[in-house]
Amino acid sequence: MGSDGAEREALAYDVVVVGGGPAGLATALHLVQQGGGAPPSVCVLEKGAAIGAHLLSGAVVDPLGLDELLPDWRQRAAPVGVPAGPEAFRYLTGRRAWTLPTPPQMDSHGHYVGSLGELGQWLAQVAEAAGVEIYPGFPAAEVLYDERGAVCGVATPDQGRQADGSPGPAFEPGVEIRARQTVLAEGAHGSLTQAVIRRFDLRREAQPQTYGLGLKELWEVPPERHEPGRVEHTVGWPLDTFTYGGGFLYHLDERRVAVGLVVGLDYENPYLSPFEELQRLKTHPAIRPLLEGGRRVGYGARLLPEGGWQSLPRLSFPGGVLVGDAAGFVNVPRIKGIHTALKSGMLAAEAVQAALAEGRGEADDLGQRVEQGWLRTELYPVRNIRPAFRWGLLPGLAYAAAETYLLRGRAPWTLGHEPDCRQLRPAARSRPIAYPEPDGRLTFDRLSSLLLAGTSHEEGQPCHLVLLDPEIPTRVNWAVYGGPETRYCPAAVYSYEPDAQGRQRLRIEAINCLHCKACEIKDPAQNIRWEVPQGGDGPGYQGM
Amino acid sequence: MKILVAVKRVVDHNVRVRIRADGTGVDTANTRMAMNPFDETAVEEAVRLREAGDASEVVAVTVGDAGSEEVLRTALAFGADRALRVDSEAPLEPLAVSKALAAVAGREQPDLVLMGKQAIDDDSNQVGQMLACHLGWGQATFACDVALADGELHVVREVDGGKRTLAVALPAVVTTELELNEPRYIKLPSLMKAKRQAIERLGLAELGVDATPRLELLGVSEPLPREAGGERVDSVAALVDRLRNEAGVI
Repeated sequence: MGSDGAEREALAYDVVVVGGGPAGLATALHLVQQGGGAPPSVCVLEKGAAIGAHLLSGAVVDPLGLDELLPDWRQRAAPVGVPAGPEAFRYLTGRRAWTLPTPPQMDSHGHYVGSLGELGQWLAQVAEAAGVEIYPGFPAAEVLYDERGAVCGVATPDQGRQADGSPGPAFEPGVEIRARQTVLAEGAHGSLTQAVIRRFDLRREAQPQTYGLGLKELWEVPPERHEPGRVEHTVGWPLDTFTYGGGFLYHLDERRVAVGLVVGLDYENPYLSPFEELQRLKTHPAIRPLLEGGRRVGYGARLLPEGGWQSLPRLSFPGGVLVGDAAGFVNVPRIKGIHTALKSGMLAAEAVQAALAEGRGEADDLGQRVEQGWLRTELYPVRNIRPAFRWGLLPGLAYAAAETYLLRGRAPWTLGHEPDCRQLRPAARSRPIAYPEPDGRLTFDRLSSLLLAGTSHEEGQPCHLVLLDPEIPTRVNWAVYGGPETRYCPAAVYSYEPDAQGRQRLRIEAINCLHCKACEIKDPAQNIRWEVPQGGDGPGYQGM
Repeated sequence: MKILVAVKRVVDHNVRVRIRADGTGVDTANTRMAMNPFDETAVEEAVRLREAGDASEVVAVTVGDAGSEEVLRTALAFGADRALRVDSEAPLEPLAVSKALAAVAGREQPDLVLMGKQAIDDDSNQVGQMLACHLGWGQATFACDVALADGELHVVREVDGGKRTLAVALPAVVTTELELNEPRYIKLPSLMKAKRQAIERLGLAELGVDATPRLELLGVSEPLPREAGGERVDSVAALVDRLRNEAGVI
């Protein structure tokens, strides 16, 4: 039964996977790959209209994950991109670029520069051929619990509700997918993941998760400036030294260059606009010549988990597991999470398989499996590097060097985190930032960027961005923080307009949403709830 | 009544298309594809006619490569009873498509062929008309309402400046407008079932269709960028004044 009593059809699988990204697809594929008896029935739900439509990453791919999941991926011509190299790590000031020694974590030797969307599409084809059922355009919007309180599947959202929530003429109730194990692979800050973490208190022994907002543009550049495989990272300008973040320039195949910026969402100045910082980054004398004369062909944004090892929640719960970015398996100093997502999916598949075979309701040995493998040896030693940057860029770099070269990750301490939403300073104590007007050739505004993200939401449905208290934006966000959502949102969803009494009211253009989830994290009053919209809605990324 | 619905796989209407670097067409590699929206209304109408008891069977057909079976699965999930694909690796010109569909109609003997009035990729708007000609059947294009009455089909057509109602004797070819209906949401269980259904395959040669291209594509280019500019005027009167006195266009 649905929330208002509408009868819902129910379907049964051994395992339902929520999210068709690298972690979810690796879990699904590895479940059917494992020998021993009939493979379990596995269904993957994906909210994007197609696999890859909601995937966004740099991406420099460490093939370690693929090597384990599909050792013959080279023979199968997996679209991992072009071999990485040469590489550069630069510190930018407004006018200059200083080349720094490339930190060992950023060594891209043996890696590939490609598109996660294209890799995801290929993985989905492999998984389907192996017997996994994959349904893009069907999100999971609700967790189902059995009479003992364990998770027993998920439900897809109703389709065809009108703005007021009432069923429209084409109304179609959601469907229940009942499963013995539910794998949450929703990516960073998934809605069902959050619900399950709260319900089972999975963060009891973990630090809060913190996030970065990654923004990316895909460019086609003139062939003479294109160096397939080139990997460049920047720190410093345009961000101030107390804002964690950095830029990237990756040269893919076919004259494509990904240019992007990651901004730690623990930034303090409410006037900061990650979108406009990316626009500024492109105007740096060391970057502008690469892009000038080129053509921007893609745009998108997505959260990435930055809490690291100490922020990993308990990975199993009654009836299911967490994998990939939903759990937080990103190696932050390496800015890489694809190989770890694949590996966490494989370990989850093995733990789930064992639980199914032994009739256990919880794959409770998943945490142990992660502890015993290379996920721990990769993530644990670097756990203190990201939090050290709260002392500023140069102390952070110095601490990172000390951790890397002297302590080698064996520091007897672990630095903690504060939730990102608590970091904003009131506008009155912050310095406004004047961003230059876009020129329409190298720099752009949000609306023209959204066209390249291909985002769409069917009109007339209930707004999927819900204000818990509709007064708070006026009273707190605008009055105290100067309306920060108008700046951190990379999709121009939020704006303020005066009402009849001249009070600034928050206006929400949910159809622009890129599903990045920044608002749920950064809203200072934690007053915005991101709900799952209708199936197939959201960005339509290509090659991102 | 048996209905044959012709559907085409096109680039999804939400996708911003890119032209291949060599100017030979639109880049469809890794591009999200979907059923032509006009064809969706045709499938929806066919299924509604069957649900209303006016039709006994709905058969979906497409002409294309193996990948285009995806839109046949969509048609099956909408409620089509069977699906068949005429295999063609290369995209065909409207004339060849209409010949292939005529050959399929010859085998299937439908009473009604429904299809979108045009596909959103090449906007040709030719296949339905040519098909009616090959078959020697009546046609009603641009349908925004369809009703079966006394063995005839009453079709309301969108025409310039209004609507026009035609009575067409069956068998007939009807091409559809988006206004005809609002296609249903596909149910997950229907899609799961559609994935398991068999799709019949036919070869062009088997159907005796000569698909030799008769057109030569000289090039594809993007429209010139629009001049920036434009300004907001305060009132309609001001707009009219400036259009008349400044631009001299009215």
